[in-house]
Amino acid sequence: MQLIKRLAGCVRDAKKYAIWTLIFIVGEAIIETFLPFITADLINKISKENMDTGEVVKVGILLAVMALLSLACGGIAGFTSARASSSFSRNIRHDLFDKIQTYSFTNIDKFSSSSLVTRMTTDVSNVQMAFMMLIRIAVRSPLMLIFSLIMSFRMGGWLAMAFVIVVPVLVIGLLLIAKYAMPAFRAVFHKYDHLNESIEENVRGSRVVKSFSREEYEKKKFGEKAEDIRADFTKAERIVALNTPLMQFCMYFNMIFVLIVGSMLAIKFRGTTIDVGHISAILTYGVQVLMSLMSLSMIYVMLTMSIESAKRVCEVLFEESALKNPESPVMTVRDGSIVYEDVNFKYSAAAQKNALSGINLTIPSGATVGIIGGTGSGKSSLVQLIPRLYDVSEGSVKVGGVDVRDYDMDVLRSEVAMVLQKNLLFSGTIKENLRWGNENASDEELIEACRLAQADDFVRSFPDGYDTKIEQGGTNVSGGQKQRLCIARALLKKPKILILDDSTSAVDTKTDALIRQGFASYIPQTTKIIIAQRIASVQEADLIVVMENGQIHACGNHEELMQTSTIYREVYEQQTNGGVKA
Amino acid sequence: MKRKAQHTADQKPQMPNGGTVPHKKPKFNPGLLGRVIKMLIGYYPALFPISILCIIFTAVTSAIPALFLQKVVELIRVWQVSGDWASASKEILPQILFLASMYVLALLSITVESQLMASITQGFLCKMRRTMFEKMQNLPIKYFDTHKHGDIMSYYTNDIDTLRQLVSQSIPTFVRCSVIVLTVLFIMLYYSIWLTLLLLVGVALMMLVSKKVGGGSAKYFMRLQRSVASLEGYAQEMMNGQKVVKVFGREKQCKEGFDEINDALYSDSYRAHAYANMLGPIIMNLGNIMYVAVALVGGLMAVTGARNLSLFGTFPTVGVDIIVPFLSMTRQFTGNINQLSQQINSIVMSIAGAKRIFELMDQIPEPDDGYVTLVNATVGEDGSISESDVRTGVWAWKHPHTDGSITYTLLQGDVRMTEVDFAYEEGKTVLHDVSVYAEPGQKVAFVGATGAGKTTITNLINRFYDIADGKIRYDGININKIKKADLRRSLGIVLQDTNLFTGTLMENIRYGNLDATDEECIRAAVLVGADDFITRLPNGYQTELSNNGANLSQGQRQLIAIARAAVADPPVMILDEATSSIDTRTEAIVQKGMDALMKGRTVFVIAHRLSTVRNSDVIMVLDHGRIIERGSHDQLIAEKGQYYQLYTGAFELE
Repeated sequence: MQLIKRLAGCVRDAKKYAIWTLIFIVGEAIIETFLPFITADLINKISKENMDTGEVVKVGILLAVMALLSLACGGIAGFTSARASSSFSRNIRHDLFDKIQTYSFTNIDKFSSSSLVTRMTTDVSNVQMAFMMLIRIAVRSPLMLIFSLIMSFRMGGWLAMAFVIVVPVLVIGLLLIAKYAMPAFRAVFHKYDHLNESIEENVRGSRVVKSFSREEYEKKKFGEKAEDIRADFTKAERIVALNTPLMQFCMYFNMIFVLIVGSMLAIKFRGTTIDVGHISAILTYGVQVLMSLMSLSMIYVMLTMSIESAKRVCEVLFEESALKNPESPVMTVRDGSIVYEDVNFKYSAAAQKNALSGINLTIPSGATVGIIGGTGSGKSSLVQLIPRLYDVSEGSVKVGGVDVRDYDMDVLRSEVAMVLQKNLLFSGTIKENLRWGNENASDEELIEACRLAQADDFVRSFPDGYDTKIEQGGTNVSGGQKQRLCIARALLKKPKILILDDSTSAVDTKTDALIRQGFASYIPQTTKIIIAQRIASVQEADLIVVMENGQIHACGNHEELMQTSTIYREVYEQQTNGGVKA
Repeated sequence: MKRKAQHTADQKPQMPNGGTVPHKKPKFNPGLLGRVIKMLIGYYPALFPISILCIIFTAVTSAIPALFLQKVVELIRVWQVSGDWASASKEILPQILFLASMYVLALLSITVESQLMASITQGFLCKMRRTMFEKMQNLPIKYFDTHKHGDIMSYYTNDIDTLRQLVSQSIPTFVRCSVIVLTVLFIMLYYSIWLTLLLLVGVALMMLVSKKVGGGSAKYFMRLQRSVASLEGYAQEMMNGQKVVKVFGREKQCKEGFDEINDALYSDSYRAHAYANMLGPIIMNLGNIMYVAVALVGGLMAVTGARNLSLFGTFPTVGVDIIVPFLSMTRQFTGNINQLSQQINSIVMSIAGAKRIFELMDQIPEPDDGYVTLVNATVGEDGSISESDVRTGVWAWKHPHTDGSITYTLLQGDVRMTEVDFAYEEGKTVLHDVSVYAEPGQKVAFVGATGAGKTTITNLINRFYDIADGKIRYDGININKIKKADLRRSLGIVLQDTNLFTGTLMENIRYGNLDATDEECIRAAVLVGADDFITRLPNGYQTELSNNGANLSQGQRQLIAIARAAVADPPVMILDEATSSIDTRTEAIVQKGMDALMKGRTVFVIAHRLSTVRNSDVIMVLDHGRIIERGSHDQLIAEKGQYYQLYTGAFELE
């Protein structure tokens, strides 16, 4: 129910069109039920021994006008329902994307980005189709069913008794089919996903399959799976295939019944109560009744299937973002000082191990801090707490003397620039990408930032210079170039805190050093935190933090650490002497 | 026969029937439909024709009630005057009874047909899937390198789905509707040629309108698909870059960008659906209007007693006995014509899907005309080698010669590349004059920037690609003469991107050697240092992996891949070391595993770690497909060239 309430909230501007659709659909249904009635009249008029041509033409024109009216109603309803359902789905997608933008990474990780995309496209379009069915057919079919039944009983009297037998048979039959078919299909679809997964494995791992000459083995494995699915699918489809004979049985029964009883009544009463026109009309109504039942059962199946999609969509909408803005946020960041107080952190509440534990660290504003340590030692986790990409589990992180959770998130993030380990550029020109840092940056500022990040030279070497288009994922620039552009982008923010998370790994040592020199002269007031693999990148920092297993192993400047930290010394020696000695 | 390796830039998929069908919007190709039907008959030589016959029979029986209706109406009119039901029933009831028995038969045949079609459809799809998969397994690596994986997947999902539509719906409906249309047309002509002509004119008009409206719908549906794709792309990009978006506080701009695409999608969506929704009412009511037209014209003809023209001249004038059944046939005729025209659209779509599937099936499989095979062998005291039926642990190349003699060469792992040139695409040579010699047990390291050609060299040794010029010899035998499966069996490979398969850890290790016992697999895991973490997992070696081993860390997955290569125990190994991104500790463990694996084997390693490089017998420094420096570590350091710069960190590879 919550589900329907939330989705109903997405109707908004679609409401107007939905209501118009309902009005016109009702109109269409009413006209359509009267059509056979008039048609019967027409046939009767023609059947009369001495036909009155004027009467026939009159009824004929009435019929034609009604057909045109029905066309108009149906056409307009088709248009408005398309509009209603499309804007409904647009609103859902809008809400979804907005919601996702508020997500923390914990939330995104929970769903995975590809699943979120599927929910936004396939699932939403299923919901859209269900909505359209709902406002068109789900209204039309029951209406047609009721109208047709009423008309049949009024016109046909005893002839309509056929429905008393046929309708329950059809309803029970359809329900039974749906009852058995749906779980069968659900089970097969599950297996079908597995089959496709194994195809994908083989496509992706084609090199492995070939290098081990496992082609035949994989074929056999796949063959077994495919046969298994065939058996299940066939079973499910066979149940559904009973639909057609059932429907045909009802049609045929109706036909025979009406012909026998109809002809008997017509002859016995010499055409006074029932005549040829009535017989043909009731046959038409019979088809209408059965058809409406059939489409009702189709709607039932469609709706139950789309409920799965609706659930998946609503899961996203109902998800609570793990990060929230405080009630009365602090709107200014005083300076770039950072204090960690007894910080414990884990990525999910369910995780057994802390990613960070017992962190206490004070960084004065304007300092340069180096962080080193193996992957998984907690370097990235440590700095991601500063712009509140994640929240601490225990303890607190303070920036400018204020707990980061008390800041307005936009304010905090506008003062903290972070160049991520996984560098990303977006499709668009280099200029557009750089302006992410500062939308109002002048071209001079862009160039200055690039010069400091040692990117200006290579950007100029491109034929289109700063207007060079970056492809999705930034595949047309090299790793090192991407890193330098990302640094320039961050510099443009002129932040109070600049964090480089292993962002010069693909840049040679000389350029790396030049970039660091640039920082010192261009943004002396900014607190600079540099995570690096190379000791050379952090050697000159005011403070070097050595991370190990989510804890601070040692802290100090280069000389101190060479004395006190075995890890630091080992890494230093490894890197200066070139590798472990065997 | 010496096979000249060829590498043309022919990336275009081969077309079936040798035709050149352009890569454009769906176009009806009867040849392809014929191929599908031929395959159907091939798979189901009895069942498929039987179900088609059933369809035809049902169609005829559903077309003829009109005839009986006419007779019954006539009889009612005759007997209505006297009202004598007792006598009338003697004439009417047999008619109805005959109809009823026809219906019983029709019901039977519908049941048979629908059940058969369900089996045939699924059976056909299963066979298609299997054929596709088997063909795909036989394709060269080049196919996988030059086709997007998403595209290949969509052959198995979307395109197979259109085939399902074709077999289970389009073909039966098409047959049924055509039969009904033809039968009804015949009966109508039997009644009145004039009225039939009137109806045909109306139907032509209807088709015209439906083509217009349907065309509009198709156009917007195509645009809709593009819009959905661009929305998908945008959402994916923004989600992958979520951290960047947040760090720069760009949420608002992001949403605006999304709304723009979303609005475009909306306008395509409602247009496409509006056209599609309007088609139904339009067609139906045009049908109604035609109904009126037939009634009026028929009525007028009856009143004026105009001369009727009918097939065989059965009905010289138009009467009620003609008009009533004719009217009911009008509905049937227009309804079926309408369904036919819809099916044509859907058939065209299915054929487009079938075309892509056939493209995959018609790809030329990886050729293999090697005749040198790997056999179990025993070495006699005199050093002579003889073939053995049982596993001996000693392998030999069995080399049949043209004169009928057979020579055996012990498998040792001596690999020599001589003056090899290679291009993935014609004109773009990526390897120039590369010569590498590796004696059994030697370790050769390749060092160089991305795109320098390191991976390409390894691609050539196991013949994922064939060389353009030069020679590669394995134990003195030209690798072109060796059966590919055996060549690859004699080479182990550990790639940087680890690919594991769904199944248990044990099964994944056994992938290297299907005959390996559990003990042998565990021994391999112990050797490479994977046993330690595996035994600490709750389910140990029986841990189920899914989604490429997503439940393991990258380092752990790599260890499994190394164990997998170890259990295969080949004399030659090709290793692509992982670049950064795994932590130092895991890296050390993985490295140990690699070192254990390398021991006693000829090894080609694409090296990223200085320790690996240093310990190699020969180091090849590659630059733009050329070997620019070669020698041992000490030699190269002394040369003070590129390697020296790399080593001292003055220069970083990208």
